[in-house]
Amino acid sequence: MLGYCILSIVLIAVDHMSGYLDDIRAGLTLLVTPILVAADIPAREVRQLEEIVNSRGEMQEYINILEQERLLLKTKTAKMAALTSENDRLRDLLGSAAKLQDNVLVAELIGVDPDPGKHEVTIDKGSRDGVFVGQPLLDAQGLMGQVVSISFFNSRVLLISDQSHFVPVQVSRTNLRLIAQGTGASSELELMHVQNTADIRVGDLLVSSGLGDRFPVGYPVGVVNKVEHDPGRPFAVVTALPSALLNRSRHVLLVFTEEELARAPEVIRNRKGD
Amino acid sequence: MAGLWVIVVTFVVAMVLAIVPLSDAVPVELGYLRPQWVVLVLIYWVIALPQRVGIGVAWVVGLIVDVLLGSLLGQHAIAFIIVAYIASSLYQRLRMFSLWQQSMIVFAIIGLNQLIDFWIESIVGFGDWNVWYLLASVVSALLWPSVFLLLRYLRRQFNVT
Repeated sequence: MLGYCILSIVLIAVDHMSGYLDDIRAGLTLLVTPILVAADIPAREVRQLEEIVNSRGEMQEYINILEQERLLLKTKTAKMAALTSENDRLRDLLGSAAKLQDNVLVAELIGVDPDPGKHEVTIDKGSRDGVFVGQPLLDAQGLMGQVVSISFFNSRVLLISDQSHFVPVQVSRTNLRLIAQGTGASSELELMHVQNTADIRVGDLLVSSGLGDRFPVGYPVGVVNKVEHDPGRPFAVVTALPSALLNRSRHVLLVFTEEELARAPEVIRNRKGD
Repeated sequence: MAGLWVIVVTFVVAMVLAIVPLSDAVPVELGYLRPQWVVLVLIYWVIALPQRVGIGVAWVVGLIVDVLLGSLLGQHAIAFIIVAYIASSLYQRLRMFSLWQQSMIVFAIIGLNQLIDFWIESIVGFGDWNVWYLLASVVSALLWPSVFLLLRYLRRQFNVT
């Protein structure tokens, strides 16, 4: 009994203070992968059932909408390509290194932390796919979070809404740099230390600033939805609504920036082409 | 060693139930009502077969739960060995109790489990305690009679000794 207690306490201490146990954790996660997969079955079945139940007409309509959206996006992409090359040329002229040329890998959510106080999810891509700790995760709307631990087949992601998560952001209208902290609610981020005189308004878009070397520059993080000046407090109370659908997105994107791609295994570099 | 697989299967099912995500349609706060399935199964096997399922098994199960939940390695393990220790020192008395009397003890044990969990999290600085975490022990205690009857049925059916 005492032996097991001491062993557990030592494990907790080592796991908390160092990264020595990361490999062991990755190995054990590999062993319990069947349990993780089994726990995802109900959600998967429900979705398949929904697909079967949808009538042909609804599907047809859905396809039409998608087709229109695809056309629209295609024209936009064509324009984007021109703009990107122009932007790159201008940046080259300026001697600036930052380029918004990231590659993404599509992943699927397979689990959610059962504790409502923790905003962590499990995705179905792991070290096999070149995922690394600290990798940013996006959905179609914006920044979702970052990878905190990996195993062979899957990895755990801390969402930006978790109370222990902070994202460096800037207001896209004024380039004001701020830090957005999670609040534990998936519909609210809090901006820290906003001066009462700062130029920030409801409706301002916050994008990742790239400071801190963790998240790439320029991905939408949230939209300011409340600015309150309380004379009794040293800073203004500003909150934002996350752009990403933190509790609804099932398909997510893992971002590889250029330098990381160079380090990633061959598999990813080959996949980049398609 | 008869019926080892029954014990393993019940633990695996409990672990799946412990991490299966809630539907998007329900509010996340319902997650606080999730019973501690793994602890319920652990308590049952410790009471029923104290010579087979003891502190060692509890430690291994706890470590697996730690991996599944991404908590610190050892966090659930230490909570589970304390649960197993209490259950194994009370098993003779617990077997005499009626189901609802057992439920009261289960309520106390799982409440303690929740407190140890939170205690460790707050020592290392992740703790965000609210009283709703104790709801899990209430729900678990209410479910105890059905879990007990089901597992006893399985144990007798498959002759696990």
